[in-house]
Amino acid sequence: MGSEHTVKSFDEELRRLDNMLAEMGGLAEVQLQSALEALIRRDTEKAAEIVANDRRLDHLEAEVDQHTIAMLARRQPMAKDLREIVGALKVASMIERIGDYAKNVAKRTAAIAEMPPVPSAQTVVRLGGLAQQMVKDVLDAYLSRDLDQAKSVRARDRELDALYTSIFRELLTYMMEDPRNISACTHLLFVAKHIERIGDHATNIAEIVHFLVTGEMPADERPRQDESEMTIVTAHTTGGEN
Amino acid sequence: MIAMQATTGRATDAAASPVPAFMTRDVCVFYGQKQALTNVSLDIHRNQVTSLIGPSGCGKSTYLRCLNRMNDIIDGCRVTGSILLDGQDIYAGSMDVVHLRARVGMVFQKPNPFPKSIFENVAYGPRIHGIAKDKTELEAIVHNSLEKAGLLAEVKDRMDQPGTGLSGGQQQRLCIARAIAVQPEVILMDEPCSALDPIATARIEELIDELREHFAIVIVTHSMQQAARVSQRTGFFHLGILVETGDTEQIFTNPRDKRTQDYITGRFG
Repeated sequence: MGSEHTVKSFDEELRRLDNMLAEMGGLAEVQLQSALEALIRRDTEKAAEIVANDRRLDHLEAEVDQHTIAMLARRQPMAKDLREIVGALKVASMIERIGDYAKNVAKRTAAIAEMPPVPSAQTVVRLGGLAQQMVKDVLDAYLSRDLDQAKSVRARDRELDALYTSIFRELLTYMMEDPRNISACTHLLFVAKHIERIGDHATNIAEIVHFLVTGEMPADERPRQDESEMTIVTAHTTGGEN
Repeated sequence: MIAMQATTGRATDAAASPVPAFMTRDVCVFYGQKQALTNVSLDIHRNQVTSLIGPSGCGKSTYLRCLNRMNDIIDGCRVTGSILLDGQDIYAGSMDVVHLRARVGMVFQKPNPFPKSIFENVAYGPRIHGIAKDKTELEAIVHNSLEKAGLLAEVKDRMDQPGTGLSGGQQQRLCIARAIAVQPEVILMDEPCSALDPIATARIEELIDELREHFAIVIVTHSMQQAARVSQRTGFFHLGILVETGDTEQIFTNPRDKRTQDYITGRFG
């Protein structure tokens, strides 16, 4: 944070803000980790726990909102201080969203556990692992204001998107092969989509880190490899007429 | 996705407006042996508010006073470098200082109306500069100036009463009316709101924004929030040096120099 403010209590308030964000980040990481474990083990009890725990993140976000608004009103911050405070406000809402997606994955887990396993589940777990690492790294980058690490997270979103697109294709294919897979595959597809969105939020946080450190948003277009919106898988029925 | 860009468009001095009202280059000011200002180069553009900020004794007021040669009256004060108003060197021997101060008006920290009527306060300048042909025209100028200064409605029924009887905020607006009555190109303001309450301050700030349509305005202020609110360009002075100048938005969200950063965020330098 550089040199200290003439008004010491301002520094304390900024430190407190950092601590709140660190707590939120830690909690979101744990939620995501648990959600992925529950998914692998088809553990509905744990899934229910995750859903209940999400409330803690919501409360923390509300606290950050309150604290930042009070700081803006009281300190009328400028330059780096302004970026720190506005950045924290935005990052808190992104972490809260990541928590929401982890919760959504847990909710789907309850349904998925009722159905026979789909082969793609392993790939979805791999997707989750990628997202988890991005979240962990971007939170580290945020707390240490590490521009290089933030850039590396932002670059990795491409990989996540590509894997998501391939999962999308795979699941569509299973559904076409056997309509009895549709229910499980649909739930799994939503899980994959939630994880892909977590990656987007990690990327958003990486961009905020860029803004905090340099004062500017990244100039280049963000990498994008999610092609699922344009993906069509055509059915090739066995013994087809054409 | 995130509309948080700190600065939109980095206008340079050259890009802001084709011909600046003031072009100052390498301005140095000495009070006897002591150097108060070192190589300040800055353009003041028309229809823009330029704010000068910095800690006490940084040279911002000294610089401001160079622009209408107010420093001339200080013994042992020497100004070097070039200060061009519309391309004309204001320190040239041929420059009529009285005329210069009509073209470059000034408003001070403490409202200083003449001990005369409200009408006379505003009429004085146009009269001595021979701007008005006759009484009717003079009255029109006074009216117009008070109108532009946002004071007319409040004083139109008591024009013959002393200007010193007005409230602080009204007195300051009277001084602004007095400055604009002689149709200046540039208005210099040295801490124009520091003696005013928040409501009077807000009215002056609103006025500054309106006046920008007709004049170039330079304002020295200790209130960073005020500089951020009223100006389009900001210059930060420190120890007699112009440390950084830029679009106001950039200076207050993303200053490039660490000294600017430390000053505006209230840190030890």
